[in-house]
This record gives sequence, C-alpha cells and structure tokens, in this order.
Amino acid sequence: MSDTKAELNLDRSVGDFSYPEHHAFDAGYGLTPDTINYIADVKGEPDWIREFRLKALDVFLSKPLPTHWATKDLETLEFEKIRYYLAHGQRPTRSWEEVPEDMKQTFERLGIPEQERKFLAGVEAQFDSEAVYSNIQKAIGEQGVIFTGSTEALIKYPEIFRKWFGKVIPTGDNKFSALNSAVFSGGSFIYVPPGVKVKHPLQAYFRINAENFGQFERTLIIADEGSELMYMEGCTAPKFETATLHSAVVELVALKGAKIQYVTVQNWSSNVFNLVTKRGVAHEDAEIKWIDCNIGSRLTMKYPGVVLKGRKARGEVISIALASNGQHQDTGAKMIHAADETTSNIVSKSISAGTGRATYRGQVHIPKHLKGCKNNTECDALLINPDSRTDTYPAVTVRGTGNATQHEASVSQISAEQIFYMQQRGLTEGQAMSLSVNGFVNDLVRQFPMEYSVELKRLIDLEMEGSVG
Amino acid sequence: MKSLVIKDLHANIGEREIIKGLSLEIECGKIHAIMGPNGSGKSTLSKVIAGHPDYTVTSGEVLMDGENILGMAPDERARKGIFLAFQYPMEVPGVTIANFLRAAVSARLPEGEELEATEYYQRLYEKMDLLEMDRSFTARSVNEGFSGGEKKRCEILQMAMLEPKYAILDETDSGLDIDALRIVSHGVNVLRSPDRGMLLITHYQRLLDYIVPDVIHVMVAGKIVMSGPKELALELESKGYDWLTEEEPAPAV
Ligand SMILES: Nc1ncnc2c1ncn2[C@@H]1O[C@H](COP(=O)(O)OP(=O)(O)OP(=O)(O)O)[C@@H](O)[C@H]1O
Ligand SMILES: [Mg+2]
Repeated sequence: MSDTKAELNLDRSVGDFSYPEHHAFDAGYGLTPDTINYIADVKGEPDWIREFRLKALDVFLSKPLPTHWATKDLETLEFEKIRYYLAHGQRPTRSWEEVPEDMKQTFERLGIPEQERKFLAGVEAQFDSEAVYSNIQKAIGEQGVIFTGSTEALIKYPEIFRKWFGKVIPTGDNKFSALNSAVFSGGSFIYVPPGVKVKHPLQAYFRINAENFGQFERTLIIADEGSELMYMEGCTAPKFETATLHSAVVELVALKGAKIQYVTVQNWSSNVFNLVTKRGVAHEDAEIKWIDCNIGSRLTMKYPGVVLKGRKARGEVISIALASNGQHQDTGAKMIHAADETTSNIVSKSISAGTGRATYRGQVHIPKHLKGCKNNTECDALLINPDSRTDTYPAVTVRGTGNATQHEASVSQISAEQIFYMQQRGLTEGQAMSLSVNGFVNDLVRQFPMEYSVELKRLIDLEMEGSVG
Repeated sequence: MKSLVIKDLHANIGEREIIKGLSLEIECGKIHAIMGPNGSGKSTLSKVIAGHPDYTVTSGEVLMDGENILGMAPDERARKGIFLAFQYPMEVPGVTIANFLRAAVSARLPEGEELEATEYYQRLYEKMDLLEMDRSFTARSVNEGFSGGEKKRCEILQMAMLEPKYAILDETDSGLDIDALRIVSHGVNVLRSPDRGMLLITHYQRLLDYIVPDVIHVMVAGKIVMSGPKELALELESKGYDWLTEEEPAPAV
C-alpha cells in the first residue's frame, strides 16, 4: 500500500497551480494485472468481476486509440501516469486560499451553498449529503426501487446486476469502454420494478457525493416493464479535478413500455479528458431519452445512443455542447433501429467560442428489412469568434423504401450588426453575446429540469463574459 | 440648455467620407426632421451618433448635454439616453421581446437594484396597448419573422420602454400601412416631452402631418444644405431635391 505524496500540476484556464496531496490508499500509477487485482481485493469483489476486469484489461491493451477518426489530442494521454483507483473517501484537498479566484466567483454567481463550494473546490474531501440521499432512498424504497452504488449492487443484487451488466455496451465496444470495464468504481445502479413510476428525479449528485467522485464510473439502470424514471447526473458547478482522464460507461435498459430519461449536465475543468460511452436498449414500445449538456473539459467524446430493439420503440438525444478556448467537444448521437415502426429524434446544438471546437458526430442506422421507421436529425452550430470551429459528420444510413429520415444542419454566427443592435439598447457586448447564445439554445434548455435550466443560463452568461474582449 | 449638439462632424466608412462637415442641434423638447435623397448619409449619421464601430469620425464633436459622447462604447451612449430606431432592425433569434427588453431595462437600473417583474410587465403591456400590439408578441423572438411594419412598431415599443433623452427615428414610417402609421405616430407623439429631443429621418411629408416637427433640415451629400419650418417639407415634396444642389455654390477646390 503506498502512501503517495505527489506534486500535481494542473492546467486550468486561469493560472497553473500545484499542491501536495495525500492518499491513504490507492493503486499507484499505471495499469497492470496487479492494479486490477488490487482494486478487486480492496473492494472485496466476487471472482466473476475480477475475471471480467482482467479480460477487459487485455482488450484495452490490444485496442488502438481511435485517432483514425477522432482527434490526435488523445495521443497526449499518458496511461502509465494515471492513477486508476483511489480508495473510498479519499480525495485530495487544498485550502480555500488556494482555490482560484475565478472559481470562487463562479460559485458565488451560481449561488452554490457554502458547504458544497468547499467540496466542489476540493477543499473538503466529502460533502455530507448522506441525509438527502437516505431520504430519497427511503421514499423510493417503499415502491421497491433500488438506487445504490454499482459496487454495492453487484454484491447485494447479483442476479439482476449480472443479467444486464456489460450487455448493452460490451467490453470491446471501444478502447475506453474496455478501460472502464477493467477499472470501474463508483457510479449508480437503479432498478425500477414493473409498473412503478418514480415521481421525483433520481439525482446522482447526492448519492455520489455521499461516497466519492468516480473517475471511471459505471452506471446501470434497468426500468422494468411499464415503469418510468428520470435520472440526473452532474451539476453545473465547475468541479475541481485532479484526475485528467474520466471515462464512464452508462448502460440503460428500458423493458417493454418503460420510459427512461437520463439528464446530464457536466462542467469539467479544462484539463480533463472526458471519454464516455452511453447507450440504452429500448424494448417494445419503450422510450429512452438522453438529455445531455457538456461544458468545459479539454476533450469530451460522447455519443449517447439508443438501440431500438422492440417494435415501436422510441429514442431521443437532446444535446447542448459549449466549447470555449482550447476545448474540443466531440459529441453526437447513435440511433440503431432494429425493429419495425421505431422512431428516433436527435437535436444537437453546439456553441464554439474563442478557439473552441465543436464536432457533431452522428450515426443513424435503419436496415433495409425494416418498415415504418423514422428518424429526424437536427444539428445547429453557433460560432462566436473568427477562430471558433465546428464540424458535422452526420452519417445517416437508411435503407429500404418503407423508412423515412429527415436531416437538417445549420451553422450560424452572431453577426456584428446583431451585437450592435443589442448594444444600442444598452447591453454590454458580453451581455449581448450571452443573451444571443441563450437564445440559440433556449428551446433545448427548456427541456432540462427547472433547476438545471436556470443554472445553465447563468453558466452561459459566465462563459460568454469571458469570451468577449 | 439641454441638447444634442453635432459640431462640424466628418465621418468615414473605410477611406470614403460620408458625413462631410455636418452641424445640427437638437434641443430637449424639440422634434427635428431630416429629409434628403437616398445615399446622402442620413442613416450613417444616425449610426455615427449611436457609435457603430464601422464608421470612423475624423473630426468634429457630438455633445450630449455638454458631454462629448464620441469616445464612448455604443452601450454606454445608449444607457446615457441615446436611442436609435433602426431603418433595418436586426433579428435576434431565440430571444423574446419580453426577455430582451427586460435585459435592456435592467441594464439601466442602478447597481444592485433589481427589476420588479410585475411592474415591468404592467408597463410593457401598457406600452403595447398604446401601440396596439398583440400581447402574443412578448413571447416572439425579437424581429424574427416580423413583417416590415411589425418591426418598425417594435422599435417604437422599445423606445417607449427605454425612455431615451434623445431618439433618432430612421425611416420609421417606411413599411407602415396607413393605419399603422397613425398608430405608431400616436405612440411617438405620446412620447413627446419637454425632457426629450427627437430626430426623425423620413422621405415622406405624410409622416410629418402626424408628427409635426419644429424644424426640418435637408441633407445632401453628407451635409445639411437647408433648414426651415415644417412647410419646407411640402416644398420638397413638390420640387424634389435637385434645385437645392443646383443652388449650392461650387465647392472650393
Ligand atoms: N457599411 C458601409 N459600407 C460601404 N458603404 C456604406 C456603408 N454604409 C453606408 N455606405 C454608403 O454611404 C452612403 C450613405 O448611406 P446611408 O445609408 O447613410 O444613406 P441614407 O441617406 O440613409 O439613404 P436612404 O435614404 O436610402 O436610407 C451610401 O452611398 C452608402 O452606400
Ligand atoms: Mg437610410
């Protein structure tokens, strides 16, 4: 067991800073079978999971980086310099004085409660949300809903867990799903029994804070026949991150007639590589809707998908991406139609500011033998500055005559005349810019739960103020 | 006395001079009108006063109640009381009129003060009623998909909400049908006040029947070539502008 003391250098947009950190337990640097065995030991996992992890490690090592289609920036990842497991409750800390001023201001502007600020800023290792979490659990537990951590679930509910785990996203799906499969810890497990409609959104925020932030989260949600739930992940507050690589895997299963809405709002610090695999399987007449908002990070690669497996299944991806200076948001959606009369809808809006770059990458697949399938794809990009960049790779393959697809894409820019018009009404250039950007995403923001949409608006204001001279 | 004074103003777009030594004084409480041929620089003048970044002032001054505003950013001028009803209002996609005006009104509040929502809407509805605008407009994006006339009406709504000290109305009448012209003119007349100066730019004497100006100026090739009482408009309508330029002495080379 190593008691490591290391210097970390973080590349944040405002100034570099470094500080010593202390870990009681961790798996050290780099990734070998020893790392895997260490994790499985510490977590006291059953053998099948250990085997699963070890196999995944082989797959990870054998797969090349997807730089043939994605970005070469991935090559700067130094896998041997990453720590793959920090033990329970261990988060590096720093003093409030060391927290950069801009971050403090952002908390202020977003109205984050005092206690949470310290946690988010990395001053306190834990934020005590135990009470909130247990209240939620109590309320839904009565309906037979299981809402717990993935590690706990695989030990406590092995029959349900094992049946679905790794089935929607196989280990070998891509290099990063393999990595996650090898070293995952943290993340949620949810099971909703048949016919149960969970009234309030289930928020990962409270649950995850009650244990610790997972770098390699693994979430599995199963909505049994005719059930409904909304899950919310992340928060708009900027999060202090020491780990540069985040690679989550999220699997959703909506059985016959079930509905799942998965809402994500993420605001990573600009040193983070956020490489996430998210996919759901929608059975007959089921509905899966991903609502996704990505802000910050150095590189985000995320393409939530739905496999439309049963007749009349519906899939939807609503996404907003905001790429500021030096950031690359490579996001999109995948819709795999595998049954008749399935429908899918993709609406993506991206904003590139400064040298930010937003890429939309879509995949819609409707094979020839299917009938009555429909897809609608809309992607709109907004460029803020002359060196901002956007690319669109829609990739729609629709075969057969009984299927329909509709695709619209637009790239727009906020014109100098529009800004002048708004300034003439008394708004500063920054205010004019953020009002315009909010206007651009307005129709999508409205689909987010209320508290998120208010925060999102404020966050866009903050980001835009920074992007004008 | 309070006034907006333009003193020997010269302004360029790129290398080309558009405003060529123009002087004008708009007193608080007065309405001035400018008429003049296409391309004479009327809109350019209004944009220079508002601070459009495309134009460079090469010499001259613009003083608002004695203060030179030429060094100020457009938004600062606006907050100090300059308002421009555009000849071609811009669309602001996704931003509703209610939100846009709320932001603009808030921008004028003293630091730390917040807009009271009910009061704001009350005032907004009152002004919309004055201009006979349907309430449903509040939820529509600014100028997006508006007809020409609706855009002009929306400009005057903004003026009514922002209560400027000096307002320049650039061809607000063009695009308005007969009824709309009457309604919008009424709105402007209601805004007539001893504390407000206005400059109307128009091609048509008809507008001046509704909004009766104190003085009329004729602008030709970047300069005021003649000023006179409101009857001058009638003369211009029948004679056109040619006689004015012919009467002008040949420029000294
Ligand atoms: N941004 C610009 N770029 C190039 N030329 C310009 C620009 N703005 C104005 N001009 C030129 O300056 C001259 C004056 O234009 P301006 O729009 O001020 O005329 P105006 O008097 O308002 O005409 P109208 O009665 O047709 O509205 C015109 O010749 C016009 O082409
Ligand atoms: Mg004009």
